Amino acid sequence: MPIELKMPALSPTMEEGTLAKWMVKEGDVVQSGDILAEIETDKATMEFEAVDEGTVEKILIAEGSDNVKVGTVIAIIRGEDDTGEVAASAAPAKAEAAEAPAQAAPAAKPVTAKAQVSDPAIPAGTEMVKTTVREALRDAMAEEMRADDRVFVMGEEVAEYQGAYKVTQGLLQEFGPQRVVDTPITEYGFAGLGAGAAMGGLKPVIEFMTFNFAMQAIDHIINSAAKTNYMSGGQMRCPIVFRGPNGAASRVGAQHSQNYAPWYANVPGLVVISPYDAADAKGLMKAAIRSEDPVVFLENELLYGRSFDVPAMDDYVLPIGKARIMREGAGVTIVSYSIGVGLALEAAEALAADGIDAEVIDLRTLRPLDTATVLASLKKTNHLVVVEEGWPVCSIASELAMVAMEQGFDDLDAPVVRVCNEDVPLPYAANLEKAAVVDVPRVIAAVKSICNRA
Amino acid sequence: MAKAPARSNDAPKKAAATPAPAPNREMPRDPVPYDASPEELEKFYRDMMLIRRFEEKAGQLYGLGLIGGFCHLYIGQEAVAVGLQSALDADKDSVITGYRDHGHMLAYGIDPNVIMAELTGRAAGISRGKGGSMHMFSVEHKFYGGHGIVGAQVALGNGLAFAHKYRGDGGVAMAYFGDGAANQGQVYESFNMAELWKLPIIFVIENNQYAMGTSVNRASAEDQLYRRGESFRIPGLQIDGMDVLAVRGAAETALEWVRAGKGPILLELKTYRYRGHSMSDPAKYRSREEVQAVRDQSDPIEHLKRLMVEAGITEDKIKGIDKEIRQIVNESADFAENAPEPELHELYTDVLVEQY
Repeated sequence: MPIELKMPALSPTMEEGTLAKWMVKEGDVVQSGDILAEIETDKATMEFEAVDEGTVEKILIAEGSDNVKVGTVIAIIRGEDDTGEVAASAAPAKAEAAEAPAQAAPAAKPVTAKAQVSDPAIPAGTEMVKTTVREALRDAMAEEMRADDRVFVMGEEVAEYQGAYKVTQGLLQEFGPQRVVDTPITEYGFAGLGAGAAMGGLKPVIEFMTFNFAMQAIDHIINSAAKTNYMSGGQMRCPIVFRGPNGAASRVGAQHSQNYAPWYANVPGLVVISPYDAADAKGLMKAAIRSEDPVVFLENELLYGRSFDVPAMDDYVLPIGKARIMREGAGVTIVSYSIGVGLALEAAEALAADGIDAEVIDLRTLRPLDTATVLASLKKTNHLVVVEEGWPVCSIASELAMVAMEQGFDDLDAPVVRVCNEDVPLPYAANLEKAAVVDVPRVIAAVKSICNRA
Repeated sequence: MAKAPARSNDAPKKAAATPAPAPNREMPRDPVPYDASPEELEKFYRDMMLIRRFEEKAGQLYGLGLIGGFCHLYIGQEAVAVGLQSALDADKDSVITGYRDHGHMLAYGIDPNVIMAELTGRAAGISRGKGGSMHMFSVEHKFYGGHGIVGAQVALGNGLAFAHKYRGDGGVAMAYFGDGAANQGQVYESFNMAELWKLPIIFVIENNQYAMGTSVNRASAEDQLYRRGESFRIPGLQIDGMDVLAVRGAAETALEWVRAGKGPILLELKTYRYRGHSMSDPAKYRSREEVQAVRDQSDPIEHLKRLMVEAGITEDKIKGIDKEIRQIVNESADFAENAPEPELHELYTDVLVEQY
């Protein structure tokens, strides 16, 4: 059957082009790979090669023609045994095909009936054990490693050194070097190795000595881990936990002091968790390791040594994506996560003395964000303050302000206020550092500014 | 700046009998061209021809606007994927590559229909239309992609090898990358860990001479890429990637080395891509004559055809195979054109595996 040659699309955006020059004439015999014509696109002059063998029967568009639409029949080629009439090409011209999806209305986002998850009930009489956040994280990893031999821990100084911040203390002794693996200082390389191992069926826990160093590896966290399930149509998963300390520590200067929560929370395909106390650190770390999704688990160095009550239960696992009301109140909602929760609780106590009854919410998970809990609280208090140890621009705080405006506008009696770090790289000098980072007085002042008590 | 070590301009002194340095480590045996049976030759031909015709068809469908975005064709490089992957054990070995991935999938026996349907962005595509040319996977076939970021697949491949070793399943990971990716930093981070931990991985550099428009010599201080593993003590072999039997022979050597627990090995396959880097590349960085010379003198399929004729396979038989392949490819194109696009609700599926 004769073959219609159509004006080709030679770039992702080409819609029409100039047929600059014919390199063949009617009657020429062409082989696959021969150049038929030169076509000018918006970007370059491209050679148009023959795919099929045959004789050029007719040239329909003269050389020099401008604005030839993609899909226009420009010539007809007849194969050696062809005798038949020109058939309409099997392929429809792109012009129509391309339009269709663009015009279709965006699908309504499916609303999946979601069971209201809550923290597991702690049976009355359960012993509470004072545990540091550091120990809670270690206990969570150890329990999951005992339960599932696919789980391994990898990172710099995690094994023989016992962890740069001692979070992996004792794991090497219990699980051996096969499952607790010291790496060279190559974040990009071992984050990629971890993601590949997860694709290959293991459950890696990758420790970054701090998340500042994970910027060397962020390509694998986002491009390799977060997007794989979607890009593969749900066929290939990447169940991995990237964990380590995040946010400002103390006097370590700008390059070692940054909160990456907004960066990762921006990315669909990731789960982002950033707990405050030891029980949440344990319960959420166990959930993170069990998850089939890639999880970024943001810890805080300044919290590692703080002790909290952790229930002595065999298997204390918390739901991902669920905020926790740390203190009930009716006058104002203070939302925070990680180290900011401590500041919010302290501020709430001080505010109570002034007659302001603050509710404090710990988000715990930043993606997916538990907006329902925040909005329910806003409905009750009509005032919202977000406390975040991090920069204000494009932050979790600015996201929550938007959520409140979009979904809780009628409940707001005052503008949403955010209390964040100053918008500067973190300085080294003690006085400047103190001035840059959120603190309790700033939280109190912000609350008072919207509760008419300034 | 560090001072250059003092060097004498005098002729080398004859003096002290410096013994030639003893090799400080074992090296793999020299590969020999694979001794293929006529049936195996036929299978190689079938697989290579399928890749060539499939890619030509993909180029054609791109021209018709049925395939969008970036589309990187494998034409010219067919002997590499076919020669190497024919040596793997599909039940336990894993493969990972970059964005020029159609050929590797076809060489691993993945259905051309679902590959072509992915290229046209249809629901029947292997990634349900959500991945496209550069992002295709088949966990079932232990083909782990299909990765769009240059060099990422090397670190990920290390992870696949780590998993093989961790489980002790005897599998080997094969990680393909190009001469361009060979300059990425993470490749060397990966080399270091792979040799340090003796991971079962074959690093394959498909040196097709051009990283997009930049020739190897313009981008690589050490242009003999098989030597790039030396400072990590990873042995390297340079192989004619246009000769499927040489490629298969190298695969045998490499597998012998890796399966014996000796750690990674690096293969540099010298090959050539006939088409532009992607469909929108006018390829002005090389001459038409250069491309034509390779087609005329080194084409991997023509070379194999000659071997087949020498082995007594008739021209008629070869023509018959060609016809069958055209049929398969045409069917895949029909399938890919006629399959429906994904339902709009698919926009929101597969973002996360679980619900929270």
